[in-house]
Amino acid sequence: MSEEANEPIEVLRLPVELEYQYTAGESASRFLRAIKRGKLLGQRCPVDGRVYFPTRGCCPQHGVPMADDGSVELPDVGTLVTYSIVRIPSENIPLDLPYVTIQVLLDGADTVMMHVLGECALEDVHMGMRLKAKWKPEEEWESSVGNILYFVPQDEPDAPYDSYKEHI
Amino acid sequence: MAELCGVIGIGQTQYAAKRQELSMPGLLREAAERALEDADCTWADIDAVVIGKAPDMFEGVMMPELFLNDAIGGAYKPMLRVHTAGSVGGSTAIVAASLVQSGIHDRVLTVAYEKQSESNATWALTISMPFSVATVAGAGGYFAPLVRGYIRRSGAPEDTGIRVAVKDRQNALKNPLAHLQLEDISFDMVADSPMLWDPIRYLETCPSSDGACAMVMAKESIATDSTRPAAWIHATEMRSEPTMFSGRDQVMPRATLDNAASLYKKAGIQNPRSEIDCAEIYVPFSWFEPMWMEGMLFAPINEGWKMTYEGSTALDGDLPVNMSGGVLSSNPIGASGMIRFAEAALQVRGMAGEHQIDGARKALGHAYGGGSQYFSTWIVDNRKP
Ligand SMILES: [Zn+2]
Repeated sequence: MSEEANEPIEVLRLPVELEYQYTAGESASRFLRAIKRGKLLGQRCPVDGRVYFPTRGCCPQHGVPMADDGSVELPDVGTLVTYSIVRIPSENIPLDLPYVTIQVLLDGADTVMMHVLGECALEDVHMGMRLKAKWKPEEEWESSVGNILYFVPQDEPDAPYDSYKEHI
Repeated sequence: MAELCGVIGIGQTQYAAKRQELSMPGLLREAAERALEDADCTWADIDAVVIGKAPDMFEGVMMPELFLNDAIGGAYKPMLRVHTAGSVGGSTAIVAASLVQSGIHDRVLTVAYEKQSESNATWALTISMPFSVATVAGAGGYFAPLVRGYIRRSGAPEDTGIRVAVKDRQNALKNPLAHLQLEDISFDMVADSPMLWDPIRYLETCPSSDGACAMVMAKESIATDSTRPAAWIHATEMRSEPTMFSGRDQVMPRATLDNAASLYKKAGIQNPRSEIDCAEIYVPFSWFEPMWMEGMLFAPINEGWKMTYEGSTALDGDLPVNMSGGVLSSNPIGASGMIRFAEAALQVRGMAGEHQIDGARKALGHAYGGGSQYFSTWIVDNRKP
């Protein structure tokens, strides 16, 4: 056996890039155009009438297109359903540690969205908190949920556990 | 079912953070050759190969099964690839079993793996789309809010997760293949470890491992005459549901409850808690032990934590769970489900070594994946069904 055969295997780090051109489709385009104007559009399932936000145009439970005229404008306020305080970095999350990842149930929606909480001391974070969206300056709005920077606590009583427990 | 199927060979690699002395095929080959040796056969005896791993984006090698089958010894043999996220090791084993049970093949080799040292799973799981903001740092970031939901619902004591973490790491000390070997593991050591994704601490989290697990399965006539005892497959089950729909119970998904009920019915089990001798359950974060004790109908809803708390799931408890040290001690993601299935089979074959449960005859192997949405399970027994 030659000398080389005994040499240690070398590891090469070869970053791979894969860029997707995303075609949103009719329903999602409506959602993304609306959020560019600062409007939050949910959609109603024609089977059980539940409001999905964010929406992708079809109901994952019933396998049917969302109601054509079923766009429902939602307010930018809601309830903190559950959360985690994250203290570990991830290279594609541009947030300072620690940050609070949250599931928010917007008023009038029947699904939660994931976002982050801001302007709140870590020891004060709790389930049921009432929240309002903090938006980027209007001139920076684009077709992205990222127009909402984070949610901030509202000075009002907590939502009762029963009002959001089915969404955990 | 046309044929009975028995597991006649099991092979596992050494699990470690970096198996840099092995290539990706080398890793699979280590497990496959050990399984063939246990089954007392060679590649010539194998009719088909079933390969499983977690999403290809982890290592960035797309459809690796196409070159792996040739590279490990399965050239020109029929090959199937299975994809069901973290539960894939379990569903891969079930697909392999079905090829024997349906009478299509006599002897099938199945292997599942992950080479996490060549991948970045947290990156691959943190995708950014215009519909959502990237806030979920890896699997822990996804599951921590659900764990918090479980604690809120069940009123479980806050240290339940710590107790699971200590137990599984103590069990790992009896399993020489386990990745984490923490000789001085203790309650305080886990409690004092950093809170990564509150309420999940560093030591309540699975490691990131390289590893592969393989099994040889055979039809009744072959398995009956095999050199070493067979683990007979009494029932298999898979269930899944969408990641997100309105009213979805994220903590205790319907898919797990339906999966468990159907599995036990197929296996003729009326009382899983008393009829099953031990279980290997997919627990990547410690709190999922009590959660899946409920999800597998061993405990009433919101009372799974009592099994942990009362020591029922310890090696000397009435239902030992994760005798091998579990996912908390070794996590080559794609293989982790198959390891659960294989460790259940090792127990009923009486071949689990130092972590063997005396007299184990009936065992459960369990895996879950995605956003708690894919479930795969099997019941193995040292008696034919
Ligand atoms: Zn619907």
